[in-house]
Amino acid sequence: MDKIVCTCGHVNPVGTELCESCGRPLNQETKDKKLVDMRYEGSARRSQTYNKTIIDKIWNFFSSVKVGMWIIVAILIAAAIGTILPQVFYVPAVNEEEIAAYYERIYGTFGTIYYELGLSDLYSSWWFQGLVGMLGISLVIASLDRVIPLYKSLKKQKTKRHISFLTRQRVYGTGEVDSPIKSIEQAEEKLKKMRYKVKRDGNAILAEKGRFSRWGPYVNHLGLILFLFGVMLRALPGFYVDETMWLREGETLYIPKTDGYFLESKEFIYETYTKEESEEVYGAALDRVGSIAKNYQSDVALYKGPEDAVAGQPEDLAFVKEESIQVNKPLKFDHFSVFQMDFRLDELKSMTFQLQDKETANSFGEFTIDLANPQTEYKLQNGYKVEILDYYADFTGFEEGVPQSKSPIPNNPAFLVKMYSPEYPKGETSFVMIKETLEPLGENKHKIAFQSVETRDVSGLTIRKDLTLPILALGGLIFMIGVAQGSYWNHRRIWIQLLENGQVVVAAHTNKNWLSVKKDLDEVSKVSNLPQYEDQQDIDSQEEKEEGV
Amino acid sequence: MVSLSSNLLFIAFVAYLIGTFLFGGAVRSSSSESTKSYARWGKMAIIVTIIGFVSNLGYFITRWIAAGHAPVSNLFEFTTAFGMMVVGAFILIYFIYKTPALGLFALPIAVLIIAYASMFPKEITPLIPALKSYWLTIHVITAALGESILAISAVAGFIWLLKNIDMTKKSKQRFWIEAVMYLLILVVGFVVAQTSFAIADYKAEYSYVSKDETEHTIEYNMPALFGMNQSVALTENAFEPLAEMPPLVNAKKLTTVTWAILFGTVIYLLLRLILRKRLAAVLQPLAKKANSQLMDEIGYRAVLIGFPVFTLGALIFAMIWAHEAWSRFWGWDPKEVWALITWLFYALFLHLRLSKGWQGEKSAWIALIGFIIIMFNLIAVNLIIAGLHSYA
Amino acid sequence: MAQSKKQRFYIRTFILVVLTIAIVFTVYSNLTKDKNAVLQVGDKAPDFVLVDMEGNEHKLSDYKGQGVFLNFWGTWCKPCAKEMPAMDNQFNVYKDQGVQTFAINIGESDLKVNSFANRYKLSFPIAIDRNKSVMESYNIDPLPTTFLINPEGKIEKIIKGEMTEQDIANFMEQIKPS
Repeated sequence: MDKIVCTCGHVNPVGTELCESCGRPLNQETKDKKLVDMRYEGSARRSQTYNKTIIDKIWNFFSSVKVGMWIIVAILIAAAIGTILPQVFYVPAVNEEEIAAYYERIYGTFGTIYYELGLSDLYSSWWFQGLVGMLGISLVIASLDRVIPLYKSLKKQKTKRHISFLTRQRVYGTGEVDSPIKSIEQAEEKLKKMRYKVKRDGNAILAEKGRFSRWGPYVNHLGLILFLFGVMLRALPGFYVDETMWLREGETLYIPKTDGYFLESKEFIYETYTKEESEEVYGAALDRVGSIAKNYQSDVALYKGPEDAVAGQPEDLAFVKEESIQVNKPLKFDHFSVFQMDFRLDELKSMTFQLQDKETANSFGEFTIDLANPQTEYKLQNGYKVEILDYYADFTGFEEGVPQSKSPIPNNPAFLVKMYSPEYPKGETSFVMIKETLEPLGENKHKIAFQSVETRDVSGLTIRKDLTLPILALGGLIFMIGVAQGSYWNHRRIWIQLLENGQVVVAAHTNKNWLSVKKDLDEVSKVSNLPQYEDQQDIDSQEEKEEGV
Repeated sequence: MVSLSSNLLFIAFVAYLIGTFLFGGAVRSSSSESTKSYARWGKMAIIVTIIGFVSNLGYFITRWIAAGHAPVSNLFEFTTAFGMMVVGAFILIYFIYKTPALGLFALPIAVLIIAYASMFPKEITPLIPALKSYWLTIHVITAALGESILAISAVAGFIWLLKNIDMTKKSKQRFWIEAVMYLLILVVGFVVAQTSFAIADYKAEYSYVSKDETEHTIEYNMPALFGMNQSVALTENAFEPLAEMPPLVNAKKLTTVTWAILFGTVIYLLLRLILRKRLAAVLQPLAKKANSQLMDEIGYRAVLIGFPVFTLGALIFAMIWAHEAWSRFWGWDPKEVWALITWLFYALFLHLRLSKGWQGEKSAWIALIGFIIIMFNLIAVNLIIAGLHSYA
Repeated sequence: MAQSKKQRFYIRTFILVVLTIAIVFTVYSNLTKDKNAVLQVGDKAPDFVLVDMEGNEHKLSDYKGQGVFLNFWGTWCKPCAKEMPAMDNQFNVYKDQGVQTFAINIGESDLKVNSFANRYKLSFPIAIDRNKSVMESYNIDPLPTTFLINPEGKIEKIIKGEMTEQDIANFMEQIKPS
């Protein structure tokens, strides 16, 4: 393909519409237009000029803004579909079967279809991620394709543009004025005072302001690309940790994936608002809603195991710090953060019983069973003893005579005990549950009577490490800079020329906010004599003028 | 302090109504922009608007002091703040472009927003732990600000369409602009329905079985067109529901929405009967005085100014706060997703303008749809698609 | 002219290829990301020290040179209960052939673990992971999970779920020192 040589002598790259130097329209199509497209200064978007190989074709595909917009539309619609029903993340079920059952039970056939089609886990699906990936590719290629020619054009533009360029600008005026050269000089002065950069070439001036804002869109695209890059990095090992742990008051547990840190819960605090605090302000709300949570926090102590420590033994734990973890105030250490996410109140901690005579209700001693660590026997008064044969933390019933427990969490503790007394030196067997006692080997004289219970709270904590955050933050920052750069400033240019035939021509262009550039021109016209301009695109005003209003 | 706050809001509300009429006067009074009467109307209108806005700010500040936190923590507070900022954004744009037509349409929208907000529980609620953060102030206020500026672009687009659509010929545009009018009337219907039943002090209690199979009671403030799952009336002579809903559906909300539609439709039909014209056609003369090119420019400018603010508030600050509070900066919950959709949509708006040269009519429709998406996020996502994030 | 055409071709191809690889890689890893995929076959088995119910200390690295059949279990887990007797049988068969068996309980009480071991008459060493640190380093999610550790100390296989006696025998055979 051939480069285009303009009448003015400048050699333009293939496909250029307006001469980079003087602005002449270089092909018939452009000449036929009343107003010229100034979005890329008339430069050729490179991809539109080369279309030979398959690589070119793919490149052009991604360079197209139209394609980019369709990708945005696709992401938009897909994202909306994901909000019709709750996504799996928010569904209270643990494995695939439970999840499928949940959707069917709550949402019926629609729910099942939604689940089967994978829409219930839409944002992690390969096609959604693929769409976002395509958007990333589009951002890279479309930006590269435009910013380079644009930069070159704006650098190469000449002060003196050809009349065929100026007549095709949206704001254009021409006419005869008294002492045109003086007018131009006064205009130059005024524009300089208005902080325009003014260049002079004979009897032509180009006043330019705000070119930097043209780069705004490309800066913000860079920010987005960086952001997407950061998101991609998460897939790499070591960059991202997301774990949960349930920590009971008094417990010390290893913090998952943190390489040697342990957390002890000293206390979990839960507070609600009381009317006494503020009847006037909160009274009405509390009446309507009932109880409103005021604060919940986990007071914890952080420990670190020794450097060469190996899993299993928590000896030699070094105390690091003590903190209260609240919502909005995570515990931070190393690159990790621990967040207060959830809690369970009043989990059973210990139960206190008495060994009693069933008839007389005489007590032969009291003992307390620590549900996390029951002892095998509890010695009471002389000759009396209780032996715990077995313990079922989450008792669910009997299966073929064998007691079953469904988890190690003390939701429904039950005990198989043997009661020893002087009358029964060989022991009486009893199966003690909450509120009920079974006597499987025949009636007993004694029983285990429940006295009281102690509870403790459990904190639900989330452990998070995210090394991609700084990159995401940088991407976000660059995006904001770019979007502000491109939106809050604009690129204005004013051309004023004295033609050979004595006419003075004035033209102006801005990429946005025409009102301001017109105001600027009006300002300049106040001090220097310039021909009246018109907005060749404002149909309403033109109509009004024609109607003589 | 609390009652002072409510009074200030009421004053603002009334001021905006008066402002609407004054802007109407300004628009009607002349065709060219230089007669004295026009200047007088216009000046009075903007002064009254500013008085209203100052009073509105007063409500905001006094409520902040009384509650001890920024008054953007529940649906009522947020929506009123949003309405206030729409007026603020309008005032800002008015001083740049000086178009009364914009005020004539923007103020009633703000009034409607505040009226809608007032239908929800207004008591000052103490902050739950998740909201106890300075990010509440920063994120919510910036997001509301961004949205209100974007709202102005929809108003400008609306005016453009009202002016330029030929109401005498049958067309898709004529149908859809009337559909938008109907939607606005439905909001009015909601306000009228809620208010009417509130004045009548209608209350009826029912028991029902929820989806986790436990029994609860619920109080209806409107006659129960739809009943909750296995509902049984507890109040004497309570309205018998016309249909019972499965546990998945919140029949009380469905009832409210249905009453709103009923009231709204009746109001719409009455208006059509009385006025003998399409509502859009009725408003058209008021829009005729506006300069289309200027409306187009305002619409574009509003998006240009508002988009960065919206990004900052609704996405960036939101992500930072989400990370501090919920350990993850993005969880794809419905409100976050719809904020993203809004953001993508306005990015689309900007690209369509720049790349495809979509100006004038196309741009106006897109701006209008953008506002509908914002409203969807505010209304449907908060009330229907509930999540961790919903207000109500 | 031809040179710049070639140049253009190379630059474009390079950029497209880099972008495509980056995206495919990301999508692929996100899809195959398993919570337990942090530890995989071939990795070195994380070392640990635990004291068994008899009071003996066991350190994994001390068993280098022998195969280790490492089972994670809980008393409430039915499949664990089912396979324990079979494990016990095979333990006795292979313990003198250089394959040790070690069962780690997920933080239950001594009483519970002992009563369970007594009921099923289990003779292999059992230890309780009280602070869940071993469980964490092995990324245990469902129970039972069994790790086959070969005499070189590397993970040979990860089995999630119940095993039959034949399975157990085969697995132990697999990690016999040669």
